Amino acid sequence: MIDLSLRAKNIRKNIIEAGFKSKSAHYGGSLSCVELLTYVFSIFKKENLENRDRLILSKGHCALGLYAVLAEFNYITKEELLTFNTNGSDFPSHCVKNLEKNIELSSGSLGMGLGYAIGQAVALRKKRLDNKIYVLSGNGEANEGSFWEAVMFIGANKLNNIILIIDNNKMQLDGFSKDILDIKDWKNKFSSFGFEAIEIDGHNFEEIKNAINASTKVNKPLAIIANTTKGRGVSFMENNPNWHHSSITEEEYNHALKELEV
Amino acid sequence: MEFDFKNMMELSRLSSRGVYGKALSDITQANDNIMAVVADVMTSSKLEEFCKKFPDKFINVGIAEQNMISVSAGLASEGYNVFASTFAPFASMRCFEQLRTQVGYMNLNVKVVGLLSGFSGGVVGNTHYGLEDIALTRTIPNMTVISPADCVETYKVIEALKNYIGPCYVRLTGVNGTPNAFKENYEFKIGKAIQMTEGEDIAVIATGTMVYEAMRTARALKKNNILVSVYNFHTIKPLDYETLDKIFSKYKLLVTIEEHFKIGGLGSAVAEYKSDKKAPPQLIIGVEDKFEKAGEYNYMLDKTGLTAPKIAEKILKKLEEI
Repeated sequence: MIDLSLRAKNIRKNIIEAGFKSKSAHYGGSLSCVELLTYVFSIFKKENLENRDRLILSKGHCALGLYAVLAEFNYITKEELLTFNTNGSDFPSHCVKNLEKNIELSSGSLGMGLGYAIGQAVALRKKRLDNKIYVLSGNGEANEGSFWEAVMFIGANKLNNIILIIDNNKMQLDGFSKDILDIKDWKNKFSSFGFEAIEIDGHNFEEIKNAINASTKVNKPLAIIANTTKGRGVSFMENNPNWHHSSITEEEYNHALKELEV
Repeated sequence: MEFDFKNMMELSRLSSRGVYGKALSDITQANDNIMAVVADVMTSSKLEEFCKKFPDKFINVGIAEQNMISVSAGLASEGYNVFASTFAPFASMRCFEQLRTQVGYMNLNVKVVGLLSGFSGGVVGNTHYGLEDIALTRTIPNMTVISPADCVETYKVIEALKNYIGPCYVRLTGVNGTPNAFKENYEFKIGKAIQMTEGEDIAVIATGTMVYEAMRTARALKKNNILVSVYNFHTIKPLDYETLDKIFSKYKLLVTIEEHFKIGGLGSAVAEYKSDKKAPPQLIIGVEDKFEKAGEYNYMLDKTGLTAPKIAEKILKKLEEI
């Protein structure tokens, strides 16, 4: 089995390469969720189109992060990855539903993925399928009222086949979340809505693994608040609001790849 | 359901939303894939019987229309035939983006039923009127938009949607006591307009409760020796182009009537299609671009000029101009 850290490194290189080739990309948020997505796909169950886990990328602007992971796990080819953001591509800036390739839904407008997961969670229960529904949300996304509509429903109905992962990189388009809409006390918020809430380092595979495993031990929906660094792995992108969505020069591209080689 | 006189009269007594609840309960079977989702309007959707018969096919998300549509989309993605309902403005506007991005864009099998559309909310007022829903929903690719003429047609629409796969918005108008446009059984097909009266001078294209009002208008105009063909365009999208082409070649005036803002509704849809066709002039009758002070249903129809005498008056004036 390939070491997950090695996979994460490959995925970050995928992100930089496909992003550079396409001129612009959501680098920051794609880089912050690499370990989270990598771990989910390392345990992802897929027997057929019905009997499969579901990964909902609710923070749809980080589609590049998802594509880079899908390429690493051979769900899409490298050639497909490199069509990212090109004219008429099936792999645009915000993802388009493609079940064959594990792109669970079209997303890009925030605050809608968790509600979609509810419909799937209810459906899986009715079909007596024990697959998991992983929802990757951003912390900025929790500004949306519709996000909390879904949180309330999941808690009230104890939908424990949903695992919500918040990629808490503490930033959003306009900069640092604390300066825009400061959401504090994540754990208590989710606990009060009936979730089992766990806060972890979102770049630490051991912590991610333990948190996700907790879902089998509690009869509650799970919210994992994964503290991450926006732009993780590329020094000049880390915690820098300018890299929410931007383009890199050839010099920056070479520099980034060199850093990721180390 | 047997569409005999007695049953049709009984349907009309339920009002359109009562018919929705009854029809959904009637068409659903224990082992089928139908699901009903509401946003705290189980009673207003008249789904009590449905809930009693099929508790595991029913979800109430609370007062959360955006979530109602997201949940419905998620269910539909898993193969369910989902009927989501709440009052028309909330069903079409509060969750518009979910309708567009999750239902339309992903082309999912969600039927959204907008209750109390048009002025059906009556004294409840402007917040609850549905005067924009046709305009909004018909802009969404893949979305079918249906506005049944009366309670009989509402039943037939829900029946038809059992076997129709794809996004659909159903707009229910009328209140208790709104008369049926249909007096006998007929064949309903999504997308196929129905000619209600025959007359060679002008064509009146109507939708929702305005179909009945158009038929009253036709009777009134007959006294002025103006013969009117009334067409029931229950389906606004996709528009019945075949019938429109016939209409364009036959009459000297085309009138559209709707209980909806003039901007973006049935009249607009017809005008869009007509714009590059050889066709008679068109008079669009609908609600003017302003918020009226609220009142009872029939008061609102009269105030906004949507009753037969006022419609006839507008048509006569237009005929003088052409």
